[in-house]
Amino acid sequence: MLDATPRGEVAERSALTINPCKTCQPVGALYAALGVHGTMPHSHGSQGCVSFHRMFLTRHFKEPAMASTSAFTEGASVFGGGANLKTAVRNIFDLYDPEIIAVHTTCLSETIGDDLHSFLSDIEIPEGKRVIYCSTPSYQGSHITGFSSMAAGFVEHMAQKSDVPSGRLAVIPGFVNPGDMRKIKSYLEEFRINYTLLPDTSGVLDAPMTGEFEMFPKGGTRAADVVRLGDAHFTLALGQWASEAAANALQRKHGVQYATLPLPIGVRATDEFISALSGYSKHPVPASIEEERGQLIDCMLDAHQYLDKRRVAIAGDPDHVLRLTEFCLELGMSPVYVGTGTPGGHFEERVAEVLARFDVDPETVWFKSETDYFEIHQRIIQEPVDLLLGPSLFKQVARAEDIPLVRVGFPILDRYVHPYLPLVGYEGAMRLLRDMADALMDRLDRDCDDKDLEFVM
Amino acid sequence: MTVETLIKPDAAPAASSAAGTAAASNPASLDIQAAATAALSEVLESYEAKVFKNRKKHLIQVDHTLETPQEITANTRTIPGILSHRGCCYAGCKGVVLGPIKDALVITHGPIGCAFYTWGTRRHKASTEEGKLNLVPYSFSTDMRETDIVFGGEKKLFKAIEEGLALFSPQPAAVLICSTCPVGLIGDDIHAVAARAEAQFGVKCIAFSCEGYKGVSQSAGHHIANNQLIRRVIGETDDKPSSRFTVNLLGEYNIGGDGWETERILTRCGIDVLAVMTGNGTVADISRAHTADLNLVQCHRSINYIAEMMQDQYGMDWIKVNFIGTKGVAKSLRAIAAYFDDAELSARVEEVIASEEAEIAEELAYYRERLTGRTAALYVGGSRSHHYQNLLRELGMSTVIAGYEFAHRDDYEGREVMDSIKVDADSKNIEELHLEPVEGKYRLRFSPEKLEELKASIEGLDYYEGMIKEMDNGTLMIDDLNHFETEEFVRALQPDVFFSGIKDKYVLQKGGTLSRQLHSYDYKGPYAGYAGAVNFAHDLLMGLTVPAWQMITPPWKREPLLQGEMLASTGEEE
Repeated sequence: MLDATPRGEVAERSALTINPCKTCQPVGALYAALGVHGTMPHSHGSQGCVSFHRMFLTRHFKEPAMASTSAFTEGASVFGGGANLKTAVRNIFDLYDPEIIAVHTTCLSETIGDDLHSFLSDIEIPEGKRVIYCSTPSYQGSHITGFSSMAAGFVEHMAQKSDVPSGRLAVIPGFVNPGDMRKIKSYLEEFRINYTLLPDTSGVLDAPMTGEFEMFPKGGTRAADVVRLGDAHFTLALGQWASEAAANALQRKHGVQYATLPLPIGVRATDEFISALSGYSKHPVPASIEEERGQLIDCMLDAHQYLDKRRVAIAGDPDHVLRLTEFCLELGMSPVYVGTGTPGGHFEERVAEVLARFDVDPETVWFKSETDYFEIHQRIIQEPVDLLLGPSLFKQVARAEDIPLVRVGFPILDRYVHPYLPLVGYEGAMRLLRDMADALMDRLDRDCDDKDLEFVM
Repeated sequence: MTVETLIKPDAAPAASSAAGTAAASNPASLDIQAAATAALSEVLESYEAKVFKNRKKHLIQVDHTLETPQEITANTRTIPGILSHRGCCYAGCKGVVLGPIKDALVITHGPIGCAFYTWGTRRHKASTEEGKLNLVPYSFSTDMRETDIVFGGEKKLFKAIEEGLALFSPQPAAVLICSTCPVGLIGDDIHAVAARAEAQFGVKCIAFSCEGYKGVSQSAGHHIANNQLIRRVIGETDDKPSSRFTVNLLGEYNIGGDGWETERILTRCGIDVLAVMTGNGTVADISRAHTADLNLVQCHRSINYIAEMMQDQYGMDWIKVNFIGTKGVAKSLRAIAAYFDDAELSARVEEVIASEEAEIAEELAYYRERLTGRTAALYVGGSRSHHYQNLLRELGMSTVIAGYEFAHRDDYEGREVMDSIKVDADSKNIEELHLEPVEGKYRLRFSPEKLEELKASIEGLDYYEGMIKEMDNGTLMIDDLNHFETEEFVRALQPDVFFSGIKDKYVLQKGGTLSRQLHSYDYKGPYAGYAGAVNFAHDLLMGLTVPAWQMITPPWKREPLLQGEMLASTGEEE
């Protein structure tokens, strides 16, 4: 596997990306749009884009990911895609009857300078329906910024302010799985907080098998709740990269103050989230949550000897990667390679902050944004690790170097059930801990001598 | 299991199934016919005028009793907003045709997405040979950023080629550059960059202007890839193979290992495969493909241009083969043997057919017994919607809907309609090459008279009959099937299984219909050849009988819980 990868020195590359650790904005925008109930995500570009994006999301979630396209031809690429969008909007409402069409752009429509605002003001939109949009050129950011742009797009186009405060807490959950969103909501509910989660893909991309296909499954943030976001009391953005833009838009437009918290993966990050909920709700932390936390810490102590100083390589999306790095440090592990493909957001500084919190010399850790799997692999070849943490795309490296992989993040194309189960919260951390310990201990069992194989570990 | 349930291997090449015969012998199909007629008009009625006018020509209810053959409209623009499953030109060029070539450095010039989505997602398997380069597990991109869009990306592309070539040993046999949408729009001249890089680095660099917006589907990308392969790769090296019967396997992408199973069978017959285009293929082999004796075309749509152009340039004939289903394999092998007209080869082919069929007869009969009478829908690309109808028929099943994502009229109606296909603005933009015989390399195996004679006796020689001729009366043939139509037709015709792709797989499954992906074989396979037929039947039966189907409705919804009633009545008494 990956036999062509040179095993010598790591060659610097400035122009060629090999085995990317990010993909383009529109797929993130599409995912976010699916988290608002009754929405048809719409890709304003060539039809191939949405075909790829639906493929990516469907393969990760094992669920339908419905979305439409303006289906540009060469003519549209020259003369602009206004007519295509007009036709698309008419056909979508006519055939599929969504409440909202959420349009995102592509590198194609951005390069030719299509002006969605002016296009849409010329299009007749049926009574009670909405068409919103956001700008997601593929040559900027990554799928993570695309998610963040679409979340912000909903706020920009739909949130309104009235004279009546809603008393709600707006929560932007980040580019996480429906299972994570359910967990975040359960915490909010335990604090009896009146909230709006935007977007919310639970009940959409983890919908149950009923024998009926629903174009617009039961889940998703209600349009009416998105509209009322302008009256929210406060916003919590979970994860700087994926969530801050929406919170920021809500502040800019309607003066709703916000705080950006780390994605609640691992002990400290979850503590911070729980503390924020307690502070906001003025409710003490419920005993059930404290119990859950205690269970996690208990497990961490139980398993520590199998995790201590284990060298880990972590790859994926920045909000996830930062927290995974931190959780590994909380477990006494040694994250030694930490990378993301997503540009921007001062990723390296954030990693350094995490390392500093654990008195780890940053010189001993390789961390980088805008990297790719090829480079991470080359680093690993130089000095191996015990464990890989990241999406399915890491599995080639896992096989090439015979290192166990614990699958976390996006996309997980080659395993089932993952999107249903949370990684956030204490419960999620416990799952991660179990998966990492299992992976390492399965290796011990596989590799040890017969005389050393033990029932009790 | 009785002997009657066995499929008798045909002694003679199977006659193409008489149209309508299967329909008449299956009483259930009468209902299908009526249901299809009703569903068809219902679907069209639901459309507003413009969409109606467009779609009605893409939807055909097969009727072989008509005097003139039915005509379908295909390879035309996708309707915006309709939820088509089609992909783009880039997907057809890089994803389908070029991606599987393992010794080439395939660089996607564009923003990151396109390279990302075509990385390891198509299952064109490629093996690594000792000391040889296999770049299939990699994805290469220039990851264009805003500055590249504004100031042009040519320099970055050149640098990317340089960096890529510096990395790998042995050196890639070629650099294949594929452009994505913005590249064409900002005017990056990838052909000039390729020429400069080739001059500087001494490695063949070929540019493919396969921007996603070109044409109307993946199909344009196939054509663009075909054009450049014939221009720059095929015919480049002349070391002729020593074996007596050498063929190229065109339009075989080795999905799930199909190509390997096909090659195994051919080799067993004494037929050597020189180049595969392009599954597990190499630039090295493709460059000497013209030295083979015959081209075999598996996927007609994606590669028929090369078959035709190799005929023009090198005088090579081609046979449309189908290695899906045992009858398809037997028919294809016999056609090849008939072409070579060699008694020893023919005997060997018969031996192989008999032995391979005997080996799986019992297993296939087992599945046939369990699958007989079921119905299927097929919505795939290439030639699969046609090929698999044969295999399904062997398993006792009938196909009620069949369609293609990106086919042309000839894939549906046969190559005889090619001259009458109207060239519209979208197809006009895809270059059509007219090539002359290459001096010294053009050789005809047969005189024109003899060739005509052979064409009459060898089915598929320099010809593809299309899908419709093998479809049953009353069934539906649909081009560019969209989501709305899928839902409506499935509701009306209730196929037991819908063979399609990942985008509609879970739509169907959620609605209670088994869906098996026929682009990717749902991560299983191979489905080609003899072992493949068994694998296919196994996976299908497995899918139909998985216990979870019986558990969808919870018990308390099927019958009222007695206990619940008692408690309720107790409550009232109190």
